[in-house]
Amino acid sequence: MTKGQLPNWVEYGVLPAINLIAAFLVSGAVVLLIGENPLEAVKWLVWGALGYGEGVGFTLFYATNFIFTGLAVAVAFHAGLFNIGGEGQAYVGGLGVALACLAMDQYVPWYVTMPFAILGGAAFGAGWALIPGYLQAKRGSHIVITTIMFNFIASSLMVYLLANVLRPQGSMQPSTRGFEEGGQLPLLRHMFPGFDLGQSPVNLALFISLVACVLVWLLIWRTKLGYEIRTFGQNPSAAVYAGISPVRITVITMLISGALAGMMGINEVMGAQARLLLDFTAGYGFVGIAVALMGRGHPIGIILASVLFGMLYQGGAELAFEIPTITRDMIVVIQALVILFAGALEYMFRPAVVAFFNQFAGEKAVA
Amino acid sequence: MKMKTTICATFMAALMSTAAFADDIKPGVVYDFGGRNDRSFNEAAFNGAEMFKERTGINYRDFEIQNPSQREQALRNFARRGLDPIITIGFAQAAALEKVAKEFPETRFAIVDSVVDLPNVRSIVFREEQGSYLVGMLAAMATETDTISFVGGMDIPLIRKFACGYKQGAHAVNPDIEIIENMTGTTGAAWTDPVKGGELARSQFARDSDVVFHAAGATGMGVLQAAADEGKLGIGVDSNQNHLHPGQVLTSMVKAVDVAVDTALEDARTDQWSNGVQVMGLAEDGVSWALDEHNQDLISEDMKTAVDAAKQDIISGKIEVHDYMVDNTCPF
Repeated sequence: MTKGQLPNWVEYGVLPAINLIAAFLVSGAVVLLIGENPLEAVKWLVWGALGYGEGVGFTLFYATNFIFTGLAVAVAFHAGLFNIGGEGQAYVGGLGVALACLAMDQYVPWYVTMPFAILGGAAFGAGWALIPGYLQAKRGSHIVITTIMFNFIASSLMVYLLANVLRPQGSMQPSTRGFEEGGQLPLLRHMFPGFDLGQSPVNLALFISLVACVLVWLLIWRTKLGYEIRTFGQNPSAAVYAGISPVRITVITMLISGALAGMMGINEVMGAQARLLLDFTAGYGFVGIAVALMGRGHPIGIILASVLFGMLYQGGAELAFEIPTITRDMIVVIQALVILFAGALEYMFRPAVVAFFNQFAGEKAVA
Repeated sequence: MKMKTTICATFMAALMSTAAFADDIKPGVVYDFGGRNDRSFNEAAFNGAEMFKERTGINYRDFEIQNPSQREQALRNFARRGLDPIITIGFAQAAALEKVAKEFPETRFAIVDSVVDLPNVRSIVFREEQGSYLVGMLAAMATETDTISFVGGMDIPLIRKFACGYKQGAHAVNPDIEIIENMTGTTGAAWTDPVKGGELARSQFARDSDVVFHAAGATGMGVLQAAADEGKLGIGVDSNQNHLHPGQVLTSMVKAVDVAVDTALEDARTDQWSNGVQVMGLAEDGVSWALDEHNQDLISEDMKTAVDAAKQDIISGKIEVHDYMVDNTCPF
């Protein structure tokens, strides 16, 4: 262990935990400020997220979204690319999923539709990431700027399509028609009637997201491409010297990243809503950034961070239900604090922790 | 399963007890994305619930939706806790309500701005095109440049419906009138961007418009402000916004969401609840144009007579105002 490094269990366990505790302490102070009991708030939050079957179901449902978008951001991260466009890629990916479902749902059962929906979501998401990736690789247009801009373009495109093209005649809502059985993923509550998941929309996409985690792990740490991606991310000039093409890596990484984000549509569009809705992404793409940061870009970390954010989403809703003075905006504040401490301030406590462990390790060496 | 039966029984008991004491209702309100303080549509619903609370002392619970999956969840949570009636605000709730209302056939639901055809749902819809028609007439009569304009919020069919009625009304007064139409944006943020609203209005003024109608929620605050700053006329929407800039707001197209919510709650309290579609047009005072001390100097006697006549003609069916959402086109 060299100086300044931490054992894995500290890096991936203790440090995030400290950040999280700090976030909750500050949140507690905010709750106190508006005159509510923070312990009461925590109780409702945890109970709402994990205390009963339906709550657990919703937590896992949200977590599924975050796993997809978190993986998307993480893969790009490994190549040193900051993909802020998960939101737009997921949105357009949802279109790919919806088109597959709309085309097939009346003719075939869901398990025939599913591979096409996954392909559709991945292809559309990847397609949406291709242009920013290409521009970064070939023209040096910064990926942060272009992906943000593509979020807006995605939003406009989808409004146009949903309001003018895909909306059924006479329907008020800017959405597609509802999918038939053949375009709906089975809900876990139907697959495992033994587990009480209430009426929650958690569905097969949860397992698809876990498969995606394994595949991402294999890709990044067990393949030649993954090695190239990591090399490029850590030192682009060394990568070039080693014969790795920056253009190729940038474009391919962005395609993979976009595909993962696009697959979020499987959970939302094919799993939960059974239709393509306006703004169905609801900020999940952005939360993916926090999830990837918090999970340190590792699939296991991303799963844990996703479940945490799932708990914040579901428990937060329950909290707003039970304590009316804590509005949904307060919930956003709490979520923002977690993002702030886990993401932006992730290195705040690091020097102290490193100092602590170095001293500890030093003592051991002396002894 | 046993657990479920017990829970169901408890809810049933809760439901029956609410039915037994009709004056002791436990209402719930579910707002849409805008939230209860959007200074526009959702807030009008909030005001209606507050009116009811002030008058009767009956408290209510409410919830602000944050993402699409919460729609069903919120409705179910309320229904399970024995709340009744449950008022849902906004057309986007329709799909969720359809599902949940079937699960809780004993609970009374209402939805504003959409139709859900179930035996325990009251659907409240407004004829925005009729009110927009009248303010379109007023705009056409008030303009001195023969150019008027419209600023919409998010580009959705509902807002095009406002625009279409407005245009038809203006054309009825002056077939050659120039009408400039702009939408603020394509995302939910378009409802809350007063700066952009003001800029759009200013660009319309630069193209000779001197009366601007907004249907843009909080974005419209910027539209009305710009009109006041440049000495032009604005037209408010949803609630009566005449007082915001007295003398600079020609009128407001008022949509009585507050009254509709208050009435629904009152009907539940007094056991006069009815299900089915409630159309709130000019005839039902669901939409109207606002005339008060802030704009009486702007509305001449001729204008008032003409608009009142048109209102009667619309109610009697002599004038048919085109509803954009019927065929997704606006012939004007």
